[in-house]
Amino acid sequence: MTVVRRLVGFNLLTACLLGIGGWYVGWFGAHGVVGPSLDYFGDIDFNELSLVLAYLGGVVGFLIGLGFLNYPIARLRGYPPSLREKETGGISRYFGLCTDHKVVGMQYLVGIGFFFFIGGLNAMLIRTELLRPDHQVWPAGTYLTVVGIHGSMMMGMMSSGLLGPFANYLIPILIGARRMAFPRIEALTFWLLMAAGAILETSIFFGGFPTGWTGYQPLGTEANPGIDCYYLFFALVGISMTLLGLNMIATVVTMRAPGLTWTRLPIFVWGVVSTSILMVLAAPVLVATLSMALLDRTAQTNFFVNAQGGASYLYENLFWVFGHPEVYILALPGFAIVLEILPVFARKPLWGYRLAVGGLLGVTLLSFFVWQHHLFMSGINGDLRPFYMLSTELISIPTGLTFICGMMTLWRGRIRYSVPMLFCLAWFFNFLIGGLSGVFLSDTPSDTTTHGSFFSMAHFHYTIMGGLVFTFFAAIYYWVPKMTGFQLNERLGKIHFWTMFAFFNLTFFPLFIAGFKGQPRRAVTYPHGLHFLNQWVSVAAFLLGGSMLLFLYNFVKSLVFDRIPAPADPWGSKSIEWQLPSPVPVQNFDRIPVFSSDPYGYGEGAPVAVPAGAPAGMS
Amino acid sequence: MRATGFKVLGVAVGLAAAGVLIGLYVSKLTTDAGSKAYTVPVQTQGGRKVVDLTIQTVAAVGPQLSPAHPDYVSYLVRDTQGKWLRRTVWRLPADATVHVTIYNFDGASGLRNPLYARPQGVDGNSFQLDGKPTDVINPDDTSHTFAVPAFGLIVPLTGVADNAKNQCGYAPCAMSMAHRTITFTFHTGKAGHYRWQCFVPCAAGWIDGFGGPMQTIGYMDGFLDVV
Amino acid sequence: MANPEPQQVNHGKRVIVAWIVVSVVATPLVAIFVGPALPPGNGSLQATEQVHDNTWMTAIVTPIIAFLAVFFIYALTQFRHRGGALVDGPPLRDDSRVRVWWLVITSVTVLFLAAFGTYQLLQNGSGGGQGPSPIAIPNGTKLPVQVIAQQWQFTYRYPTYGGVETPQLVLPADTYVELHVTSLDAIHSFWAIELGVKADANPGVDNVAYVKTKGPRTFHVRCAELCGLWHGYMFNNGRVLSPAQFTAWIKSQRSDFAAVAKYLPKYAKTYYPDPQRRAG
Repeated sequence: MTVVRRLVGFNLLTACLLGIGGWYVGWFGAHGVVGPSLDYFGDIDFNELSLVLAYLGGVVGFLIGLGFLNYPIARLRGYPPSLREKETGGISRYFGLCTDHKVVGMQYLVGIGFFFFIGGLNAMLIRTELLRPDHQVWPAGTYLTVVGIHGSMMMGMMSSGLLGPFANYLIPILIGARRMAFPRIEALTFWLLMAAGAILETSIFFGGFPTGWTGYQPLGTEANPGIDCYYLFFALVGISMTLLGLNMIATVVTMRAPGLTWTRLPIFVWGVVSTSILMVLAAPVLVATLSMALLDRTAQTNFFVNAQGGASYLYENLFWVFGHPEVYILALPGFAIVLEILPVFARKPLWGYRLAVGGLLGVTLLSFFVWQHHLFMSGINGDLRPFYMLSTELISIPTGLTFICGMMTLWRGRIRYSVPMLFCLAWFFNFLIGGLSGVFLSDTPSDTTTHGSFFSMAHFHYTIMGGLVFTFFAAIYYWVPKMTGFQLNERLGKIHFWTMFAFFNLTFFPLFIAGFKGQPRRAVTYPHGLHFLNQWVSVAAFLLGGSMLLFLYNFVKSLVFDRIPAPADPWGSKSIEWQLPSPVPVQNFDRIPVFSSDPYGYGEGAPVAVPAGAPAGMS
Repeated sequence: MRATGFKVLGVAVGLAAAGVLIGLYVSKLTTDAGSKAYTVPVQTQGGRKVVDLTIQTVAAVGPQLSPAHPDYVSYLVRDTQGKWLRRTVWRLPADATVHVTIYNFDGASGLRNPLYARPQGVDGNSFQLDGKPTDVINPDDTSHTFAVPAFGLIVPLTGVADNAKNQCGYAPCAMSMAHRTITFTFHTGKAGHYRWQCFVPCAAGWIDGFGGPMQTIGYMDGFLDVV
Repeated sequence: MANPEPQQVNHGKRVIVAWIVVSVVATPLVAIFVGPALPPGNGSLQATEQVHDNTWMTAIVTPIIAFLAVFFIYALTQFRHRGGALVDGPPLRDDSRVRVWWLVITSVTVLFLAAFGTYQLLQNGSGGGQGPSPIAIPNGTKLPVQVIAQQWQFTYRYPTYGGVETPQLVLPADTYVELHVTSLDAIHSFWAIELGVKADANPGVDNVAYVKTKGPRTFHVRCAELCGLWHGYMFNNGRVLSPAQFTAWIKSQRSDFAAVAKYLPKYAKTYYPDPQRRAG
């Protein structure tokens, strides 16, 4: 009976049911209001407007089912204001709206991890197709859908891959607060993202979409209805990212504990702030662009149709105004995590703190001025190419600051090779290759050959997978013991690291050669001369997938079966989260702590960062 | 011990669910009726392989052949029993002579690039239109093209006149209905997987006429699976 | 208080010396042996220039890779800590010499690369699409060739030969060619791989690229921008022929396509062909 009683109420189950109900309300509502022939899409067998409204109805129903309207309605009815919802209730907190930032962090970790594995599955399907030069494993066209889902899932979901789980969990703790500035918005960002991921996957029921993760027009306008799912997915991701960034900035600006000046913030907080600035400024452009694209498809506007007075260049421009900051939204938190973890395992203070902050902010600033390097060959603004070449190459300077700060932190340290440290060190290797191949792409003459080829594909996999995913795992191995209270198996972690590192490089390095030799991105065929290279890459990619499954095995084994309690501070860190018990109690601190230094006082005899306010009974 | 049992059960259920979901996902991606290959029967004449390929093009494929998209414009292929199939992947022998007969039941849409009004890559660079040799047609009268770019093969199909009587609505269309007959001969080269497509923007209602059936295997696109 | 390590060995000096040795050996080797083997090869003047560009950049990044390799190999082996007890390292928080040198070296490298790339680009556009009003225009006479992309094939028009249109791309040897790339529908990208040419084909846009052919050869053309279902099949082979063979070829094309010539639109920079939205 208790099980049944728990299933009733505002939770994930209700949300899914109301989401499906809302979908049909939108679908039939639109059919009833506008009829099946509003537009030129109507005289074939599909009504685009119905599909879009169906998904919007579905999202609204999903959020109502989770209980996002309960509080506003309660306030309208005169109930007193509150900052908390559903913060008690054991395991069921994780299956619904909960305003505890630690619960949201765990929800993000599992939710994003789920979609990360779906994206990875699609990568495996891509490599299956490319085992042979022109044989079709999937029906032609399905390959493009698989490529599109892989790209969109990875870019969209993993934008919050580091901020979602780790910033939500850690930022209030690191700044000595008990919650985020806007706890309900924090929960909303997560559930919007889950709705978005589900919507993207359902595109396969509406013919898929042929545009990859960029959704270029006019191809997007002429595509099957499945592309509406892509546009709605990315628009929801954009809204989620904007709110997430806003919440982070507001929290760090207003809720820092006494003594925690800007120069005493852990570098990870700086990484979160700079990423949040990018999110708040870039993601709204995406939402607007995709809304225009949806209007082109449903309401016959012509924003992006050249022959009707629109411009396909407009879409390319707007998309990359978002799209280039987006790649730094993916990369910047990785920089910060590397710089956060290195001092702990090198037993030295972070070298050049101000330089590192300058590097993060420099990348943030510059990344808004480089987007047209994605359009070097497009014929737009031929005379601006030298400017974009310069601005793109200038980004190497702040990125280089991250490198020198990390390297000098290692210098003369007492380095221990724990699993998180290994992932951080791999970041230097991967990002060096990713960055230097970026120099070839930013150089317009050289870019003539490499643009849109597997060379650029290998480049951004080195920066995003090598930069983001490796630091994602570093963060998991580093912080999950704190978040769950249980240790992850070190030995399996090391095997996971070495297999992932080896197969990652064996997969993506040969693709530089394939691109140089003339294999274009997203093409289902390739010349027979590249057969061996592609088979090699496919096999390595499957093994890379196997390495991911090994991680999953370790995760489940350690957290579900072994359940070895983690000590409060297994790494010997001086940062504040490690001075709290694992897992962190609901209120974080009994008393708000007072800070007197940054958390990097290794070798300086400085006290740990919690001189006061440690919860009673802490180890 | 009981707790461990529950955990094992949970993991097993999770694994099974993941397996089922992945299986459903992959099978959804691979299932596409139009993309199953139809093997065209081969004859031998004078030591050379000869193939007769009979196809029709229809303005709307009809609910009987395509419940999901009855309004899509489509190619159909005739099997040995005279039945029309919605299949656009045709298995042909290598180094063979292919005699093609196309019955076009669709009206004209017009070409976006008039170049394709000139037949290429077929014997004599011309085809028979209702029995009359033709080496170019008015691009505006074109209903579809049958084109295999890898062979340099393009044949424009003249459409049924707009005012013709007894026009075919839903496929399969009876031969008594208004149609144009196009015949031509080409030769397959070495084995391979060659795409064919239509170059006429014939996807009603889609921008530039190039969405829907023009970008879906089983309607206006397919493969010559030369073995 | 911390225990500053007695400076028995000068780690910094060791790393710098090793780096200089490795760089001095490796950089010329890379420039001489790796550089010329880099794509896109020697198929055109632009391709050769790109190889030159790639050689320079590969040579410049060699010392950077060497520095990081030497640094990490040294640091990760020399400063490894074994044993259970946690020992803190020296609390180094900043070093103005390192900071200044690093900033100076990265800035100079970056500015040099940008200046070098700009100089190369402004010669003749390096084979890239420059849009309708190019800024890097080579001197002399050029053969205009129009590339028309459509879903899913490239066709080519020769305005100086009666505007003849053909699905084959043939260019005369040792000739400057002015490519006008446009599209009839979605965005494509014309990539002549061995010639080092890439220019996006946008509907309603005349995207100009220049290429100077060398001797007779064949080359591959592929679409490099996702354009729908048959994107992966949008390729053909092109040929560079001697001027005499080219003249004969273009004559044969003009007679082959004479029948359709009257239906072709007048040669224009861009086309907005009908039907835009009707069909059926």
